[in-house]
Amino acid sequence: MDSFSKIQMTVLSMFSTNGRGRRREIHFADRVFYYLLKAIGVGILLLCASLIIFLYKAAEPAIAEFGWDFFITNEWDPEAQEYGALAFIWGTVVSSFIALLISVPVSVGAALFLTELSPKWLKAPVGFLVEMLAAIPSVVYGLWGIFLLAPFVRDYIQPILGNGFGFLPFFQGPPLGVGMLTAGIILAIMITPTITAISREVFRSIPDLLREGALALGATRWEMIKVAVLKTGVSGIVGAVILGLGRALGETMAVAMVIGNRAEISLSVFEPAATMASVIANEYAEANDDIDLASLAAVGFALFFVSLIINTIARFIIWRVESKSKG
Amino acid sequence: MQVKTSKASKTTTAANSLESDNSESKTILTIRDLNAYFGDFHAVKNVNMDVDANEVVALIGPSGCGKSTYIRTLNRLHEEIDGATVSGEVVLNGENIYAGHADPVSIRTKVGMVFQKPNPFPSMTIFDNVVAGLKLAGIRKRSVLEETVERCLKQAALWDEVKDKLKEPGMSLSGGQQQRLCIARTLAVNPPVVLMDEPTSALDPISTSKIEELITELKTQVTVIIVTHNMQQASRISDRTAFFYLGELIEYDETKQIFMDPKEDRTERYISGRFG
Repeated sequence: MDSFSKIQMTVLSMFSTNGRGRRREIHFADRVFYYLLKAIGVGILLLCASLIIFLYKAAEPAIAEFGWDFFITNEWDPEAQEYGALAFIWGTVVSSFIALLISVPVSVGAALFLTELSPKWLKAPVGFLVEMLAAIPSVVYGLWGIFLLAPFVRDYIQPILGNGFGFLPFFQGPPLGVGMLTAGIILAIMITPTITAISREVFRSIPDLLREGALALGATRWEMIKVAVLKTGVSGIVGAVILGLGRALGETMAVAMVIGNRAEISLSVFEPAATMASVIANEYAEANDDIDLASLAAVGFALFFVSLIINTIARFIIWRVESKSKG
Repeated sequence: MQVKTSKASKTTTAANSLESDNSESKTILTIRDLNAYFGDFHAVKNVNMDVDANEVVALIGPSGCGKSTYIRTLNRLHEEIDGATVSGEVVLNGENIYAGHADPVSIRTKVGMVFQKPNPFPSMTIFDNVVAGLKLAGIRKRSVLEETVERCLKQAALWDEVKDKLKEPGMSLSGGQQQRLCIARTLAVNPPVVLMDEPTSALDPISTSKIEELITELKTQVTVIIVTHNMQQASRISDRTAFFYLGELIEYDETKQIFMDPKEDRTERYISGRFG
């Protein structure tokens, strides 16, 4: 208790002194409010730290057993007690990448349409519908994927891609319907509302003065969008893409329903695959011994780190872009 | 480049004739029965005005009298606002910019505009801001771009301050420098007419006087139409002054005439500060 109040005093003096070290008077209510917010802030940090620690503890038996090989081998056979997570890391990264490839142009295009081109009467309903897409539970997307998207991909998209681009390793393989491509498409649909809604806010926050500046220099509408809107909003767009990507990396249910769940690494997007999230969801209930559970926790640990790395890279991109445009 | 020199020499002659005899100077803009609307709101009413080449025309009047709306019709920027419409004629060098076949994009390269607040493009360096209009016009040759940057920044009296940091972001400059950067950007596409919408209202007195000097110097090359709330500014820099009130052009005459002996009672009352 004594040491606690000491810490409290230190914290208080950190907060309440100015450069000369003189104590500033703080109103009692302000002090209560300050500690309340501080407690919330520290609480979030503690929560995050305990999550990492817990995850690592749970995964420790598997990491102790298989070492770092766990993350760079792709044999996943619980029967034979062989565990390697590389196929799931591959599945998560590739399915999210396909999702971004499809979703980013569509989302940015939709946001540009809503802010720059759409007639007034269309803005509200289209904007509302886009946001509605984000409210649909992922299991519903999964059902829709199984009953509608997978047959559609099998009957139309895969034959077309296979016939046209079958010489590429990405488009070889059996037209099963379920697989990496279908999962990527489902993810694309699920992250589009997020990216669209945030990009729209980014474009809205760009002052009209910049648009008029571009028009006054003789820009066409498209040139104005390029010069004044896209270039100005690029860090905001990257931020929107990160949030979408975060959802794609962690999405579980819909992906588990359409990806085919096979722990294999294949270049073909037609082949069934599995992601880190989908394998945890699929196998957790059936895991029957300690090493099995620990391996799944280790997969969760890997998912956490892959998300962290990708987010860090994206933050770095934003930082680079922003430091280039601000003095 | 040859075209430019010949134009410059022609405008110099025009400037000389303006000084010697005003009645013989060349009319560059003829505005006839111009009306501008925001939806049902009639913001500019039946304006007729002639502007001579190489003169500075100041538009004065109380806030909301339609002067800004009016100059935005002169480069067809007004119609970019939802629900905004225009009727009437604006003839620039013999060509009606509101004719059915007229292309707003090419008109805006001939009628440049400087805005109330500086608006350099945040994603671009000082260099790229100046040549933004040239790049839009498809000019990419490095030597041309470099030559233009130096010429326009010198014209905008900014060269000495930024010549060593052309690669830095335009936003890193002070407000007054940003506004001169925007003037340089406008001049880079060689527009015969430059519109200025209260270009100094967001600036400190020193930046303001720099920009006023600049406008006086620019007169040899371009025609300037400037909206201002500052009566002293209008009397300092303009050759002719137009007084707007409630969307109408009340009086348009030599600046001296307007400030010394206006014909209209409303002009006199506004200038002497009795209303508005």
